[in-house]
Amino acid sequence: MTHLPDAPTPRRERSYTGRLVGLAALTAIVALLPLFLPNAFYFDVAIRIAILAVNGVALNLLMGYTGQISLGHAGFFGLGAYGSAVLTTHFGWSSLLALLAAAALTAVIAWGVARVILRLRGHYLAMATLGLGIIISIVLTNETAWTGGPDGMPVDGFSLFGFTLSGERRWYWVFGGLLIGTVILAQNLIDSPAGRALQALHGSETAASVAGIDVGRRKIAVFVLSATVAAILGSLSAHYSGYINPGIAGFMQSVELVIIVVLGGMASIYGSLLGAVVMGVLPQILAGYEGWDSVLFGVIMVVTMIFLPRGVVPSLTTRLRAVRFGRKGGATC
Amino acid sequence: MLSELLQFILSGVTLGAMYMLSALGFSMIYNASGVINFAQGEFIMVGGMAASFLSAAGMPLPLACVAGVMIAGLVGGLVERWAVAPARDAEVASVIIITIGVSMILRGLTEILLGKGNHGLPHFSGEAPIKFLGATILPQSLWVLAVGALIVLGLNLFFGRTRIGKGVLATSYDRLAAQLVGVDVRRVLTLSFVLSAGIGAVGGVLITPMSTVAYDTGMMLGLKGFVAATLGGLGSGPGAVFGGLFLGLIEALTAGYISSAYKDAVPFVLVFIVLVLRPQGLLGAKPTDRI
Amino acid sequence: MRFFNTMMGVVCALGIGALTAPTLAADAVKVGSVVSLTGGASSLGDPSLKTLEMLVEQTNKAGGLLGRPVELIHYDDGSEPGKANGLVKRLIEDDKVDMLIGGTTTGASMAMYPLIERAQIPFISLAGALVIAEPVKPWMFKVSHHDRMVGQRVMLDMLAKGYKSIGMLSDTSGFGQSARKEMLNVAQKVGVTVAVDETFNPKDTDVTAQLAKIKNTPNVQALFVVSFGQGAVVASKNIAQLGIDLPHYETSGVATREYIRLAGAAAEGARLPAPVLMVASELPDSDPQKRMSLDYVKEYEARYKTDVSPFGAYTRDAWFLWVNAVNRAKSVDKGKIRTFIENSVDLPGTSGVVNMSPQDHLGLDISALRMVTVKNGNFVIAN
Repeated sequence: MTHLPDAPTPRRERSYTGRLVGLAALTAIVALLPLFLPNAFYFDVAIRIAILAVNGVALNLLMGYTGQISLGHAGFFGLGAYGSAVLTTHFGWSSLLALLAAAALTAVIAWGVARVILRLRGHYLAMATLGLGIIISIVLTNETAWTGGPDGMPVDGFSLFGFTLSGERRWYWVFGGLLIGTVILAQNLIDSPAGRALQALHGSETAASVAGIDVGRRKIAVFVLSATVAAILGSLSAHYSGYINPGIAGFMQSVELVIIVVLGGMASIYGSLLGAVVMGVLPQILAGYEGWDSVLFGVIMVVTMIFLPRGVVPSLTTRLRAVRFGRKGGATC
Repeated sequence: MLSELLQFILSGVTLGAMYMLSALGFSMIYNASGVINFAQGEFIMVGGMAASFLSAAGMPLPLACVAGVMIAGLVGGLVERWAVAPARDAEVASVIIITIGVSMILRGLTEILLGKGNHGLPHFSGEAPIKFLGATILPQSLWVLAVGALIVLGLNLFFGRTRIGKGVLATSYDRLAAQLVGVDVRRVLTLSFVLSAGIGAVGGVLITPMSTVAYDTGMMLGLKGFVAATLGGLGSGPGAVFGGLFLGLIEALTAGYISSAYKDAVPFVLVFIVLVLRPQGLLGAKPTDRI
Repeated sequence: MRFFNTMMGVVCALGIGALTAPTLAADAVKVGSVVSLTGGASSLGDPSLKTLEMLVEQTNKAGGLLGRPVELIHYDDGSEPGKANGLVKRLIEDDKVDMLIGGTTTGASMAMYPLIERAQIPFISLAGALVIAEPVKPWMFKVSHHDRMVGQRVMLDMLAKGYKSIGMLSDTSGFGQSARKEMLNVAQKVGVTVAVDETFNPKDTDVTAQLAKIKNTPNVQALFVVSFGQGAVVASKNIAQLGIDLPHYETSGVATREYIRLAGAAAEGARLPAPVLMVASELPDSDPQKRMSLDYVKEYEARYKTDVSPFGAYTRDAWFLWVNAVNRAKSVDKGKIRTFIENSVDLPGTSGVVNMSPQDHLGLDISALRMVTVKNGNFVIAN
């Protein structure tokens, strides 16, 4: 009774210039946005969107391109954040070293976990990743001596060679740069032989392995990659906010990431960016309306998935193409 | 020592009966439509909340409970018609998002309409605990166990002996074949949601006297029900029963003998182990894929 | 296509709705508040917000503050400290508030404080833990007793009754855990032994396993439950179910009528430290706290048709602490207000008479809590 996921539509028209244009537009937006942001609060919102976006792109590599569902990704974000916090606060490590150590530790954990659970598929994989995320969040809540418990712990600013990074404006450039870098890397990965191998996995793992692709290794590699990206982001965002609590690794945060990927469009990098913008901006608009924000979020999720089942960007692109070419655009193999 | 163990077992079994009802709901919907219904916990909550409000408004207790279950069933049917049926052929991830969205809608609406407070129900047959070999159990717990067993029996009869029930089973084996022999698949899907919601709501109504209910009570119960169903084998009725009881027992025994702080991690560690060693669950059938 | 249009319409409507939220005159005094209206702490945040709204309305009807209207801007942090961090930024940078009251949970208050200190805005926190007031933070003030006081009240009562070895059951919420830590500290200092120390998830529907363990531990002379809301109700019911007839102590977290209502007979005989509000009618008429508390109860229950809660009363005290400072300073300048709040002396509130100083940003002593017990479905002062 399992439904095989749809393979991503082959991008006949995706050309090198197309990618460059998209990238240039993104860079322009990141560079020029500060001119339009009136105060530090707006920078904060922009930073949160950037964090969601980078996380979303990384998760999209896992979910969209290789079709592995992960309902526990915020757990890795939390590991990175707490790893950095504990190493800098309790052990006095430098911020950079702590970040690298936390990322490495998370990568190892992700590798170990991936080796055992990536044989699962569909709902079983979802359940296993869900369990992992919750276990991480429970450990973070209970080990009060290290983590400060459910009330959380403060984190110092990020210092590099004696210079402390602080303030929304400076961090904006850090996260903005990170976003552009991630998009470039992700696009390169997808258009490389490795990337095409990943997409083949999504279509049919049996066919891919028949074609000579080492399915197991590739899946693990992508899982570890997206977990490590999440951890790095967790570390940086811990230093940025100055205070963390176990909620950042919780189930609802993992769900938020999945929503970004699925809403924006699986296998669509720009879709994840759109998803991040929506998920970052919507709570701000709905901030005063208790109860209704939950309802509205839910309605948006349900309605979007019904009418645009492949996510906003891919579905809209398909329809636009149909309008342009006067027929049902995009074939599926 | 023995009475302590017995107490743990009794609380475990009471917890387990609740998880079992939640898990049955999950399995039934999964069986009929392949959908994991993340809103199952909210059906449990709606049943409890509806019954509680009706009872507080003056309705006699038995009527309020039945009405609560029926309201939840109605909600379940509407959810299927409006949210799940239109997305029937979407990917697994998309449907997961839809059911999560439904759970947020149900929680939000309950919060707006019925407030954030906790609500209770009177115990069905008094609160005097029953002493048994040094341990105690509440009469309400016996209700949970008895009604749970009745429901399992009833479902067995339904699926085995009635035409509609067999139609549901047929749809779960092969939707196309069932259509070909004349089963109205659309009705079957709606019915499975109505039934699951109703069963979950029965559980909700039964435990509200013991633990109160609020707009967010459904989240944990739904999650644990999902875990229990996976432990026993998604889509397997006996699996849900076994998974629920097993989960409740393990939780109580962990809290009693090992560490109460980590008892919440136990279900997830367990399910992790089970999924690694035997992904189809302890009682489930091995899944096959068409290439 | 039609769907797309509808979606666009919805988005535009939302956007316009958000932007055209009613704005008061530019010279309004702005009070910002981040409270937990949803999530685990919603039973604490909800009465807080209701109280604030009621008091803002009353103030505006009476002519405002220093002749200026007062505007309350509030956001819900969903009981998530991470969200509180972002929302307070919005209040400070975008809404440009003059004053902050809120931070229902300790996690939220602590997460917000670094930003508040950087922006130098006075903040009265509604959270309960010791860390809010100790060590003293220049821009943060507290209006309710903290968990060390709760511990002292309970432990002294236990010692007075001769209980030297107890069992403790705390929940894993922020409140439960920080309270537990303080209880263990106080117990050690006064010589009470905690023979068994169990925890439970506040969302659990059954804690008989943990209670059975406590029941079966030898030498336990009293049972101390550290929890609030639904968790405390479940624990109390299970205590009754298991027939544990040990002296039953609770924290101020259950000093609400909701607890008595939901726990029913299981609440009878529980001993807990409670703010005076809950037993105000028993005080002698000469006690200034009596009239203040009863007035508040009357106003709140008349307006909202629901039981008062001590958390609303703390909010009331926070409000008047601020208003008193503003009236004395004759300004809403942030630095001046901070100084004037810090210098508040002999200020009566529902929790007690407040005497602040640069070394003491709480200003209350243990008399803010009275030992009460539940008798015939009501809170009465205990002996």
